[in-house]
Amino acid sequence: MFYREVGQFKSSYAADQALLPILQDRIGIAVILLVAFVAVPLTASGFMLDSVLIPILVFALAATGLNLLTGYTGLLSLGTGGFMGVGAYSCYKLATIFPNVNIIVLILCSGLFAAAIGTLFGLPSLRIKGFYLAVATLAAQFFLSWCFIRIPWLYNYNISGSIEVPTRTLFGIPVTGPTASSETRYLVVLSIVVVLTLLAANLVRGRIGRMWMAVRDMDLAAELIGIRLYQTKLLAFAVSSFYCGVAGAMLVFLYLGSADPESFSINQSFLILFMVIIGGLGSLLGAFLGAALIRGLPILLRHAPAYFGVSLQSATVEQTSYLILGALIIVFLIVEPHGLARLWQIGKQKLRVWPFPY
Amino acid sequence: MSAQPQRVAEAEPANAAPARVLGGVILAVENVSLSFGGVNALSDVSFDVREHEVRAIIGPNGAGKSSMLNVMNGFYQPQRGVIRFRGHAYHGMKPHAAAAMGMGRTFQNIALFRGMTVLDNIMAGRSLKMRRNFFLQLLRWGPALREETEHRRAVEEIIDFLEIQHIRRTPVGRLPYGLQKRVELARALAMEPSVLLLDEPMAGMNIEEKQDMCRFVLEVNEHYGTTIVLIEHDMGVVMDISDRVVVLDYGRKIADGTPDEVRSDQAVIDAYLGVTHS
Amino acid sequence: MHLLYDIFVSPFAQMVGAPDLLVQTLWDGLVSGVLYALIALGFVLIFKASGVFNFAQGIMVVFAALTLVGLYQHGVPAYAALALTLVVMLVLAFGVERLMLRPLVNQPEIILFMATFGLTYFLIGLGELIFGGDPKVMIASQLGLPSGSYRVTVARGFVQLQKIDIAAAIIASIMVVGLGVLFNRTRIGRALRAVADSHKAALSVGISLEQIWVIVWFAAGVVALATGIMWGARSDVSFALEIIALKALPVLILGGFTSIPGAIIGGLIIGVGEKLGDFYWGPLVGGGIESWFAYVIALVFLLFRPQGLFGERIIERL
Repeated sequence: MFYREVGQFKSSYAADQALLPILQDRIGIAVILLVAFVAVPLTASGFMLDSVLIPILVFALAATGLNLLTGYTGLLSLGTGGFMGVGAYSCYKLATIFPNVNIIVLILCSGLFAAAIGTLFGLPSLRIKGFYLAVATLAAQFFLSWCFIRIPWLYNYNISGSIEVPTRTLFGIPVTGPTASSETRYLVVLSIVVVLTLLAANLVRGRIGRMWMAVRDMDLAAELIGIRLYQTKLLAFAVSSFYCGVAGAMLVFLYLGSADPESFSINQSFLILFMVIIGGLGSLLGAFLGAALIRGLPILLRHAPAYFGVSLQSATVEQTSYLILGALIIVFLIVEPHGLARLWQIGKQKLRVWPFPY
Repeated sequence: MSAQPQRVAEAEPANAAPARVLGGVILAVENVSLSFGGVNALSDVSFDVREHEVRAIIGPNGAGKSSMLNVMNGFYQPQRGVIRFRGHAYHGMKPHAAAAMGMGRTFQNIALFRGMTVLDNIMAGRSLKMRRNFFLQLLRWGPALREETEHRRAVEEIIDFLEIQHIRRTPVGRLPYGLQKRVELARALAMEPSVLLLDEPMAGMNIEEKQDMCRFVLEVNEHYGTTIVLIEHDMGVVMDISDRVVVLDYGRKIADGTPDEVRSDQAVIDAYLGVTHS
Repeated sequence: MHLLYDIFVSPFAQMVGAPDLLVQTLWDGLVSGVLYALIALGFVLIFKASGVFNFAQGIMVVFAALTLVGLYQHGVPAYAALALTLVVMLVLAFGVERLMLRPLVNQPEIILFMATFGLTYFLIGLGELIFGGDPKVMIASQLGLPSGSYRVTVARGFVQLQKIDIAAAIIASIMVVGLGVLFNRTRIGRALRAVADSHKAALSVGISLEQIWVIVWFAAGVVALATGIMWGARSDVSFALEIIALKALPVLILGGFTSIPGAIIGGLIIGVGEKLGDFYWGPLVGGGIESWFAYVIALVFLLFRPQGLFGERIIERL
């Protein structure tokens, strides 16, 4: 009823190519951003911010990164956790070496380190494809995990082998470390995620996005229309790893507060891949939906049974969420390989023609 | 739509002048041999293509026609022989380099980007022409946005030309075969090639689709002056639209000439109808 | 200079200086290589017949072992538990075919690959939910497997050969021969190879895909159970074995996805390679390189021969 695009004419190509060509979508996004930036910090509880919203945003960014590589360029990577770790550890080292530099600058810089390492491990991608490439990225994952354990310099020779986030302030307000408030950290995470997502949206709509998708859909044909496969794939690795690295740095500095190598293990890689699959391969919105679902599932399992007077042990919660997650992956691949994002689109289409079926 | 005043040089077809005056040799194949393992796909094939002409390659199944096109734009590296393009000899060329030099190509088994819309497919064909760097793309600001719009205009011209306006936003995977072939031609045209290699552009089409496709090929040739090399099985089509014909059989060239010459050539008749070896 | 010495001279000097240690390391490598090869064999079986790169093969190993031990702990006699576990693997094969493969038929390979990630997580969740996540002890002696070891004298020292390892090698050889016969000498084998070549063509000559898939997944399940028993006998049974199971991936890269001899030779190369690497070169970089050294071997190899040791050269067509 309210979702109609009738009467909205575009009189230039620029308007037709806009990010949100439909007026109602623009209003919707504006409302969501307003709620996220104003209403949520004013009203949400510490638990909501710390355990739900911040991790969802952080993981959504990591999933966006992986989606650029896997969903848009068609290169399956199992090294996401490792690349996030590169971001986290380089941010930690940068914060140690440059204690006076703005922490947000450092978080973004650590993404550059992750991009460099990601590109390095993307080098074999010219000669190998598909499963072989997945195995190669698995090698990156294991090698990086090993580095996080065996190179004490990375964690400043801490006895515990983990990294503790120092307190850093921005305009006198603590942003990281134990004294930073949930609201501050939430707003910082939200701002970074919103800006980076917008940039990603720009990228995938333009020439580079089309080149990535061309490589994904048919690499040989892409080469024959003049796309250089190697550069295109490496660029995808670099950009993807940048996003993962920033997400990793935020994971430690703005969410967990401390981290050990286990935070960047192969399991993390899988979880993020699952977010991309369930959310929708090749959809930026999907990364957010997938992150929300996968982060939300254990929380739901932990708290929902309590309403019915049943309490599950935490081990049981974890096992059950593994079980459900596994089943969900298979169900989504069978029923809707384009994930939640496609379901969302279908819903919008139905709304557009409502009350008629088509 | 409001026509913006400035027009872009790049967006305009390179040789818009009514062409059809055959120029010099633009592309020459010289003594090319290609084999896979022990199988000879091409043996010592030579022929040339003149600027603005429609050049057909015909031959029975397995004669090496597609391999010939693959060698011409660098997808296969021949063991012997060279490809001469605008006078320069190339022994081994990368496909993207061939594309950069102005060779467009369509495929026997459609090679479109199935997950992308028609518009994105054709826009992808202009990747080579777009130069704004990564960071401008990231911001999608100023020059990058202008560039995007300019190329969109050029692509819309091609869309109008090939009469596929109505499927602009459709993912290519959902289109019927005939339209997919047309989109593939559109993508090749978006590269503004000087030589267009068409691999069986009319295979599997019904008579109306074939007529449409013939019309498009001829119009591309006449209107833009694009040199066309095509492989086709439909003899009627070949004889009608091509200026000169090369006939391959078992990887060898057995005839070369105008349609009439080729039609009456004994070797060609033997190759197609079979000959009793006594 | 010193570093070069450490890399290129000193390890070989050690090898010559203490041949018994070298032989022991080689033997250990060969034994874990046999187990890698067995896991890889499961991959190859399924890949050949259904084109599915079954990431869950490693988890199937753990799942089978866990089921066996779990049943025994619940009071089922050892051999009955073995039989019951086989039934469970058959049910799993049916379930996978019905609920995962059949609905996904004709999807791109990469989608099927990702579906097996889902299967992996599903099996981990299911196994731990039923049998608990705590490490368990394999019932090797109850199944009549030998324990203890032989001592063999080698040049001034001695080498210890575990009897269970020898048994593992023998059982592995029997399985390989058995599978070879199944694939090459029987009607089912011919159907399997036909399906591997082309699903559509096999269907058109009246081969039932469903049946073939159940058979290969069950066969892979049996291989997984055997691997699980052998592996469980050397360490504990828990999902920590998962990481070790991932070692089968570099083995596959070495051997090629479709070659049974490739899987075996690849397994032995990786097993020996990583043990030698860890023992002689590991200390240079702080040890523990076993977790990724196999991948490095495979990657280096991949750059020179992308189709694997026994794979066929790929000609791309358009």
